[in-house]
Amino acid sequence: MALSKPVRTIWDIPREERFAPGHTMCQGCGAAIIMRHLTKVIGKDAIIVQATGCVEVTTTAFPRTSWLNPWLHLAFENAGAGASGVEAALKALKRKGVIDPNRKIKVVAIAGDGGTFDIGLQSLSGMLERGHNVMYVVYDNEAYMNTGIQRSGATPLGAWTTTTPVGKKLRGELRPKKDLIGIALAHRIPYIATASPAYPTDMVEKLRKAYETEGPSLVHIISPCTPGWRIRNEDSVKVARLAVLTGMWVLLEIVNGKPRVTVKVPKRKPVREYLRLQGRFRHLTDEEIARIQKMVDEYVEEINRWVGEQAIGPVEG
Amino acid sequence: MSIKDEGFKRYLGKKYPETWRDMPIAAIVPWPGNTAEVKTHAWRTIKPVIDQDKCIRCRLCWTFCPDGAILEVDEEYKTSSGRVFKISYKVDYDHCKGCGICAAECPVNAIEMVPEER
Repeated sequence: MALSKPVRTIWDIPREERFAPGHTMCQGCGAAIIMRHLTKVIGKDAIIVQATGCVEVTTTAFPRTSWLNPWLHLAFENAGAGASGVEAALKALKRKGVIDPNRKIKVVAIAGDGGTFDIGLQSLSGMLERGHNVMYVVYDNEAYMNTGIQRSGATPLGAWTTTTPVGKKLRGELRPKKDLIGIALAHRIPYIATASPAYPTDMVEKLRKAYETEGPSLVHIISPCTPGWRIRNEDSVKVARLAVLTGMWVLLEIVNGKPRVTVKVPKRKPVREYLRLQGRFRHLTDEEIARIQKMVDEYVEEINRWVGEQAIGPVEG
Repeated sequence: MSIKDEGFKRYLGKKYPETWRDMPIAAIVPWPGNTAEVKTHAWRTIKPVIDQDKCIRCRLCWTFCPDGAILEVDEEYKTSSGRVFKISYKVDYDHCKGCGICAAECPVNAIEMVPEER
């Protein structure tokens, strides 16, 4: 049974574990926290379709699996297409009476940022545009961490990766992060949200709403990666929290095109605090940090204008 | 492939495939959640120890554990100051990888990371 009532406090999260331990995700992996809560929310009546990525590789080394749900492995590029197919097959089986037509079975697609922002973008776009009843969850660790930290469309400005090395000519990633929420919004889907594992009740409630939504829904979750972001194991939740507190990551919820900031930050911290914790930003000079701060200021201003209120406040101090 | 299929029967009869002949088409894994058999305790160099007297049962360590290695059990506990809790938090030392998120996130510092000795 999926979660039926709204999640208001941490005690509304069900105790039952539906994501087996013993997977080989790194110590302190943010994606593992997300997957634990996701499986708690979706319950047993869900089919998981997963694109290649960290979570896929680490949870399903043959002959073992961490999943308790029916689970389908797909390549990097076709999580959206595969999920559409499974959803269409469910519809056909219900019509033929093989499955009880009143039984609610949801298809959940899970992909990383590489499988969503870059390689899987066309199949995601097709899935959203055709209006399949699929919940799409993106865990965004901001590079191809599984293959060895190569840059992706989600890598933020200035970040070190193995394909954007830091030296005399290059100072890390040159381009800002791709706006996935904007892309999803352009498809006019009923439910879009961003979440952070440092705010578990907010994240679980958004996952629940996405699960309940009829039609395509997308949840974009930041997922700290200890080896890729060059952070200490115990800091991954702290970094995810600082991303929200500095305004780098705004917790949005867009229901039928109406945006709302779910976790308001009256006084945000300077981005330096978020960047300082991570080794991938170690090379940044004061001017470069000031440039990122300016970019975040503009982004926050844009969000505030969009939601029509001062949801994210000015920098403190 | 159906359940009557000879290959599938052979596959299900054994705990795990032993030769390539036992491999099913599409590498189906009919044992959900069996990574739980894998013990990941050897990954850690430090281990969390919960001070049950200090613990206020806020559930944060359980929430933030990436491995589900903090167990929430229905065990009554009376602290030294006389407060009675209906639940307790225990560490699953078979699966804890020793990341230290629980100790870092604990609001009352009831979890201490101590060096692992084997």
